[in-house]
Amino acid sequence: MSTRTLVSPLALARPRGKALYWTVFAGVVLLFALSFLFPVYWMVTGAMKSPDEVARTPPTLVPQHWSLGGYTDAWDLMDLPTHLWNTVVQATGAWLLQLVFCTAAAYALSKLKPAFGKVILGGILATLMVPAQALVVPKYLTVADLPLIHTSLLNDPLGIWLPAVANAFNLYLLKRFFDQIPRDVLEAAEIDGAGRLRTLWSIVLPMSRPVLGVVSIFALVAVWQDFLWPLMVFSDTDKQPISVALVQLSQNIPLTVLIAAMVIASIPMVVMFLVFQRHIIAGISTGGTKG
Amino acid sequence: MKTASKPVALPPAALGAPEVPRSAGRRTGGPWRRRLADQSRAYAFLIGGLLCFALFSWYPAIRAVVIAFQKYTPGSGAEWVGTANFTRVFHDPEFTAAWRNTLTFTLLALLIGFAVPFVMALVLNELRHAKAFFRVVVYLPVMIPPVVSALLWKWFYDPGAGLANEALRYLHLPTSNWSNGADTALVSLVVVATWANLGGTVLIYLAALQSIPGELYEAAELDGANIWQRIRHVTIPQTRFIILMLMLLQIIATMQVFTEPFVITGGGPENATVTVLYLIYKYAFLYNDFGGACALSVMLLVLLSAFSAVYLRLTRSAGEDV
Repeated sequence: MSTRTLVSPLALARPRGKALYWTVFAGVVLLFALSFLFPVYWMVTGAMKSPDEVARTPPTLVPQHWSLGGYTDAWDLMDLPTHLWNTVVQATGAWLLQLVFCTAAAYALSKLKPAFGKVILGGILATLMVPAQALVVPKYLTVADLPLIHTSLLNDPLGIWLPAVANAFNLYLLKRFFDQIPRDVLEAAEIDGAGRLRTLWSIVLPMSRPVLGVVSIFALVAVWQDFLWPLMVFSDTDKQPISVALVQLSQNIPLTVLIAAMVIASIPMVVMFLVFQRHIIAGISTGGTKG
Repeated sequence: MKTASKPVALPPAALGAPEVPRSAGRRTGGPWRRRLADQSRAYAFLIGGLLCFALFSWYPAIRAVVIAFQKYTPGSGAEWVGTANFTRVFHDPEFTAAWRNTLTFTLLALLIGFAVPFVMALVLNELRHAKAFFRVVVYLPVMIPPVVSALLWKWFYDPGAGLANEALRYLHLPTSNWSNGADTALVSLVVVATWANLGGTVLIYLAALQSIPGELYEAAELDGANIWQRIRHVTIPQTRFIILMLMLLQIIATMQVFTEPFVITGGGPENATVTVLYLIYKYAFLYNDFGGACALSVMLLVLLSAFSAVYLRLTRSAGEDV
């Protein structure tokens, strides 16, 4: 039995309490279905209606003629394979680079005692205070013309990948986790002849699976959902991720086709959520209360 | 998050006899060289991340301040202009509109986005059935890309075949202009942002509510407290810290709103939904005025950093208690 909450189990056991409970329960189910599931249903079925039907008032709850034409048109007309592939490339690269560089940096800051380590960590944590979006314009100018080497990363996935590495939240999460690994464990490995890299690879990383999972999910979701930054980086239509392409194309495309494209754009993240929901929900719940 | 890792027992036999003098010798022999080697190894691990932070966080932050005082055109260099950017931006009629809209948006988002998830979490916490179902459903909109949520609601708000007006007609209520009306557009956007984001807030509140000791409610009930009094004197004081944290985070997040006004209303009608970040975007990419964009960025930066500093200070001190 779960712990005691606002309403006592005794009150719920009474006939009146029971009736009230099931009324509230039904109300919440209805409300959740209407406000969170129905819009999704409306989107998925809207794409299957004919262009006439989708514009009709009053609207039909169920498509009169189920048709997958909207989906196939979206796939071909809006060139969704290209944009989906771009998004996959951008998200995967950002995730991999973040894992490699943030893990290495967190390991160094936590265990290798670099000179000025405290100053560097302070500088990294200070970026948590700086609201990311307020810096997009100078960041854009930097990416458009990298200092010293004067190359432009515009229209290049590297323009998404490299800035994604500068993620203070994920780096701090990793560093805090590494801090908990006892020094003795690493020293023992060192005495056994393992180098720093070997220690990281065979001892630290296997112990850090839970935190690596959380960081991975955060990293993937962040890139997949982002809009403003890729909008700035990719002016070249062929390189745009799906989020930018959807908005750019939304003006001159039939409504049913646009809706179908919206559904297709949502599928990867929703599927990932349904697969990893336990981990994601647990991560949010504990992350939120513990700070 | 910070689940304790399994304690690893190490065989003492690992300390083989020939190894000990070698590692001891390492520490005494050539401390200078040794330290240099240690340092270069540490920095080898650090360098990738460090470069990315330097290039894409620290340098842009400094540059925002510098360009705010310059006339800057990419490719053809910079020229110092003092506070001219600030005065120009300040006299733009859109400036007042943008700040007013952003503050109103944040305030409305705080009212709706704070109250609705809290009440939802309170009710969900009392339900004994289908808990996993509710959690998944409430978080579903968060996983839908923000651009898709915005386009979806744009369609709902459509004055012709939009679902929002259809629902009002069904209930025999007067229809609304929603995102197309100058006085309703901003509220319409707040509804979208709340719908798309409240799942995370509900889950965090839910976790906070579950950590309240049941004895407190029992004691309150024995003292004759009714449900409202129990909420007032047990639930709210026990979750006060989380409430404060989430409010601060929400202020910081909603003041950077961009996607909804950009996708749904394009800043209109009559500048009713131009936000500060949208104006920054316009200055940079429509007017090609990077000095003005950076001047606006610095204003937003200063204001939001103050909120962030409070947030970090509070979480830091709370972290030390745990």
